[in-house]
Amino acid sequence: MKVEFDEPKCVAAGQCAMVAPDVFDQRDDDGVAIVLDATPDPSLHDEVREAAAVCPAAAIRLVEQ
Amino acid sequence: MNRIVVVGASAAGLAAAETLRREGYDGTLTLIGEELDAPYDRPPLSKQILAGDWEASKLALRTADQLSALRLELRLGAVATGLDREARLVHLADGGSIGYDGLIVATGVRARRLPGQGGHVLRTLHDAVELRKRLGPGRRLAVVGAGFLGAEAAAIARGLGCEVVLLEPAPVPLAHAVGDRIGRILSQVHGEHGVDLRTGVAVTAVTDGGVLTADGALVEADEVLVAIGSRPNTEWLEGSGLTVGDGVVCDEFCRAAPGVYAAGDVARWHNPLFGEEMRIEHRTNAAEQGMAAARNLLGAARPFAPVPYFWSDQYDLKIHAYGHLRGHDLVTIVAGDVAERRFLAAYRKGDRLVGALAVGMPPKAIRSWRQAMAMGASWSSVVSEGVPS
Ligand SMILES: Cc1cc2nc3c(=O)[nH]c(=O)nc-3n(C[C@H](O)[C@H](O)[C@H](O)COP(=O)(O)OP(=O)(O)OC[C@H]3O[C@@H](n4cnc5c(N)ncnc54)[C@H](O)[C@@H]3O)c2cc1C
Ligand code: SF4
Repeated sequence: MKVEFDEPKCVAAGQCAMVAPDVFDQRDDDGVAIVLDATPDPSLHDEVREAAAVCPAAAIRLVEQ
Repeated sequence: MNRIVVVGASAAGLAAAETLRREGYDGTLTLIGEELDAPYDRPPLSKQILAGDWEASKLALRTADQLSALRLELRLGAVATGLDREARLVHLADGGSIGYDGLIVATGVRARRLPGQGGHVLRTLHDAVELRKRLGPGRRLAVVGAGFLGAEAAAIARGLGCEVVLLEPAPVPLAHAVGDRIGRILSQVHGEHGVDLRTGVAVTAVTDGGVLTADGALVEADEVLVAIGSRPNTEWLEGSGLTVGDGVVCDEFCRAAPGVYAAGDVARWHNPLFGEEMRIEHRTNAAEQGMAAARNLLGAARPFAPVPYFWSDQYDLKIHAYGHLRGHDLVTIVAGDVAERRFLAAYRKGDRLVGALAVGMPPKAIRSWRQAMAMGASWSSVVSEGVPS
C-alpha cells in the first residue's frame, strides 16, 4: 500500500492522526497533516484505510498494490 | 443480506457504501443520488469554490477508478420518492422501485429559503457556481443569516471586492451555537473587513432589488444569499412508518427500524457519550456516521458515540470546535488571548466538559481536550487539574 497525500486539500482536522498515529501526524503550527510512513506495514493497513475514509477533505489517497 | 440500498450519494452515503465493501459485504450495493454529479465535497463550496481558487473537479470525493472498485449500482439523477418497508422497496421518481434487505438513509438536508424570488442558496455545486458568477468588484451582496455558512460566504465575497451587508435576526451571531461571548468575538472580524453586519434584523422576503426586513424596510442589493439553516430531506419517508421529527430518529446504533439505518445530516440519533439526542450537520460526522451505520447494518452492534467536530474558515481565522456546544451553561477561555484572536474556549454543561472551540490555535492543542471529552471527563477534573497534553 502506498499513501498519497494532497496537502492543499487538508483542513487540519487531525482525524487521520487520531485514527492512525503511526502513519500520520500534524504540523505543530497549522495542524496540516504529515505522512510519517508512506508505505506502512501491513499490520497498519486497516487503520490507514479508516483514516483515508474518515478524512473530511478526501486528502488521503491509497494506492493498494 | 444480499441487497443493500443506500439513498443519498454524498459524504455519508459514500462512506457507508465504502465501509460495506471494506467489511466484506459482497452482495448488490445500490447507491441512489438525486444530484447528477458523482459524490463531491461541500465544505469547499463556501470557501475555495466561491473564491474561484479551485476547479470543481477538485471536489470529487473519489476518483472514477475508486468508485468502480466498489462495484456499485450507481444511480445518479435518481430521486427516491417513497419507502415501503413491508415490501422492502424504495420507490423512485421515474416510476421504478428497488428492493432491499438492508437500507441506509443518507439524504442530508437542503437549504431553507425565504418567500420571494431571486435569492441564492448555497448547498450544491450548482448553487456555488451560480453565485460565484454574480460576484465581483462593486457588486452589492446581501447575506441573510450570519451563521457559519453566511459568515464564510460574506468573507469570500469581500475578498472578491463585493460590498457586503450581513443581516442577522439575533442580537449576537452564532450565540445559540457557541455562546454569547465567543459569538461576539467571532463577529467582530466582519466589521474589520468592511462587511456591514447588522444584528437584530429579521428578513421576511427576497424582493426586486434586495430584501425586505420585518419593519418594512428595503435593504438594497444586487444579489441575495439566503443562509438561514436547513431542512432534513425526509419527505420521501412519509407513510413509511419511520419516526421522523427534524430528521430520521434513530437509536444509539443509528438504527431507525430493523434493517433500516440513517447517517449524516439527516440522522437524529441518541449519542450515548453525551446522553442526548442530536442531529449534526458536520462533514466529519457524515463520514463517521456513514461508517458506523454500515457496520451496524452488518451486525456490529456498536453504539455510535463520537465527539462531534467541525471547522470553519473566515478571513484569516481558522475555527475548530469539538463536542456538543449547544445547551452549554458556561464558557471559559482556557488558553491563549482573546484580544489576539488566538484562544481556546472550554464549554461546560452540568459537571461535564462538553465542548472546546479554538481560534488560531495549533490543532494539536485541542486534541487533548477532545480526548478528555471522549472519556466523558468531568468539568472539575479538567479545569482544576488541566487536561493532559
Ligand atoms: C456550503 C457548505 C459549507 C460547509 N462547510 C462545512 C465546514 O466548513 N465544516 C463542516 O464540518 N461541515 C461543513 N458543511 C457541512 C457538510 O458539508 C455536511 O455535513 C455534509 O455534506 C453532510 O453529508 P450528508 O451526506 O449527510 O448529506 P448531504 O451532503 O446533504 O447529501 C445528501 C445527498 O442526498 C441527496 N438526496 C436528498 N434527497 C434525496 C432523495 N429523495 N433521493 C435521492 N437522493 C436524495 C442529495 O441530493 C444529496 O446529494 C458545509 C456544508 C455546505 C453546504
Ligand atoms: S484527516 Fe484529512 S484533513 Fe484532517 S489532518 Fe488528516 S489529512 Fe488533513
